[in-house]
Amino acid sequence: MAMIERFANPNRFLTLTRPLVPWLGGLTLLSLGAGLYLGLFQAPADYQQGESVRIMYVHVPAAWMAMFCYTSMAISAAVGLIWKHPLADVAGKATAPVGAVFTFLALATGSLWGKPMWGTWWVWDARLTSMLILFFLYIGYMALSNAFDNPQRGAKAAAILALVGFINVPIIKFSVDWWNTLHQPASVIRMDGPSIHPSMLWPLLLMAIGYTLFYLWVLIIRMDADVTAGKIRALRQRRVHG
Amino acid sequence: MTLFTGSDLTCVRGERTVFRGLSFELDAGGLLVLVGPNGSGKSSLLRLMAGLLLPAHGAIRWQDADTRDDPETHNGRLHYVGHHDAIKPVLTVTENLRFWAEMHGGNAGANNRVAEALKGFGISYLSDVPARFLSAGQSRRTSLARILSSPAPLWLLDEPTTALDKEAVAALESIIAQHRAAGGMAVISTHTPISGDGAETLDLTPFAQAAHDFEDGSAAA
Amino acid sequence: MMRRFSLLVRRDLRLAQRQGLDSLMVVMFFVIAVVLFPFGVGPEPGILARIAAGVIWVAALLSTMLSLERLFLTDYEDGSLELLALSPVTLEVLVLAKVIAHWLTTGLPLIIAAPLLAVLLNMDADGFWVLIGALALGTPTLSLLGAVGAALILGSRRGGVLLSLLILPLFIPVLIFGVSAVDSAIGGYAIKAQFLILGGLFVFALPLCPWAAAAGIRQSLE
Repeated sequence: MAMIERFANPNRFLTLTRPLVPWLGGLTLLSLGAGLYLGLFQAPADYQQGESVRIMYVHVPAAWMAMFCYTSMAISAAVGLIWKHPLADVAGKATAPVGAVFTFLALATGSLWGKPMWGTWWVWDARLTSMLILFFLYIGYMALSNAFDNPQRGAKAAAILALVGFINVPIIKFSVDWWNTLHQPASVIRMDGPSIHPSMLWPLLLMAIGYTLFYLWVLIIRMDADVTAGKIRALRQRRVHG
Repeated sequence: MTLFTGSDLTCVRGERTVFRGLSFELDAGGLLVLVGPNGSGKSSLLRLMAGLLLPAHGAIRWQDADTRDDPETHNGRLHYVGHHDAIKPVLTVTENLRFWAEMHGGNAGANNRVAEALKGFGISYLSDVPARFLSAGQSRRTSLARILSSPAPLWLLDEPTTALDKEAVAALESIIAQHRAAGGMAVISTHTPISGDGAETLDLTPFAQAAHDFEDGSAAA
Repeated sequence: MMRRFSLLVRRDLRLAQRQGLDSLMVVMFFVIAVVLFPFGVGPEPGILARIAAGVIWVAALLSTMLSLERLFLTDYEDGSLELLALSPVTLEVLVLAKVIAHWLTTGLPLIIAAPLLAVLLNMDADGFWVLIGALALGTPTLSLLGAVGAALILGSRRGGVLLSLLILPLFIPVLIFGVSAVDSAIGGYAIKAQFLILGGLFVFALPLCPWAAAAGIRQSLE
């Protein structure tokens, strides 16, 4: 708790995190570069799926991040609602677009992967469908947090939505899996591939680390911008209220 | 011991600190009149007292018990009249009032209490009229009649004289006087002078200014 | 507590009854939305019978959502909501009372209209009672989930469209199991699992949704 208290002051948060920005940026580029190189050029092609299996190195970590970002949004929401921590709301709001982009990336690469595998751009596969609904949840969160004239109202309402959504994610996942097995026999090739060879594990891990660093990098920049925007609003309001 | 007190209250709305370091005391039979320019936090203070807003700092107490600890009990001892009249146009004046009378008081005698309340504000003749036909002043009187329709020791009235004519203001003044004589309390925000013996006036200007200076200080830091 | 609870339900029912058209309009929307489908997919009885359960459920979802926007909005706009929040009942109980009134005025009419629409779509008669049962078990969950959305949009710009973005994704599990129950019954399979899950969703939403909606209302009044 003392740790949280220390970060509570937005100004202190900014002075502590600002120096991290260039480091995070550099590390992000390094790990993504290495991950892509290993994944696209070094890792073996799949004997069934051929070269198209390489989409996995972009797709699978993106799907992980989509869930990870939603989880951090829900944790921020809980911290914001229970401890009324001002930076928690800012963090949640800053996370949403990043999570939405990862979700979209997972959807787009999933669709690209589906073309050579299933011969069609979209199949109502359980994983892709769950991902699509998660994307809608992100869109709802962002729409709600921007729908109020008072940005703090938006953040509070969106926090409640994030918690309700987070509790619902496993239920939705379960429902979609049920629905999918009902309507499609389980003959579909699974997307996570048959078994993970070490030469495939490294690029996957590097990509996941790179995505996480990217998230932290963008998170700090966006939180910084949001805190600064809040200061500007406060200055403007002071003019109105004399 | 004073019945209803607030100590060292800070009110933050959105990203703006409305006032800082405000304290008040109100005893049985007391009347507190809130004055100050627009935006000085009169409505905010009334909402704090009602528990609709929570203070960012400080506490509001009823006989030494923080009102936040048991909001439902606090709700049971107050009547709040805000900017909106909260009147359903499809219900008659009596139906509108009866709901609030039964919600706060009991079912028993609700009819009588509503009739008395309408009489108190001089609108008995409206009792069966659907509320959509009311004028602004009549609607305001109906809304104010809620405070008589069930007993509660604390009345929080936010600019109650808006849209009222002279006669209605006089009626309100005498109703508040009776309420105080019976040991009740009232807090009123107003721009127009409202008379009451032994009323205390609380000017919010210095506390709003304190909030202001504090924000300037923190912005400079 | 019970006295105030029933007072709240009766108040909302009376308001709905005085504005009788509102509740009728939701049912009419439900009917028209379903009737659009034969024009969209063609009048062939086989196809209509195949999609009947899904179409009726989707239309029920949309009609419920349309009616939810005003669940707290009118009370919020005319100042009643802050007075209700200041009444001696907890906000969670208030939400529950309003949800029950909402279900009685919109969910129940939908359930009554559903068999008629099932006939129009040539649905297999084996599915009728299951459809009614599934709707009876599923629509209260829709009202509960919708109450959360209705509370969160208070004071926002463009409430209605926003509401649909927030709650339609959350409606999906109810849709899946509601349709699956009817389809299984028509296909001659067991429907116990679907009903158990629909019931489970309801039991799960019953405490959670009033809590979340009350939190939303509280912050809308600040």
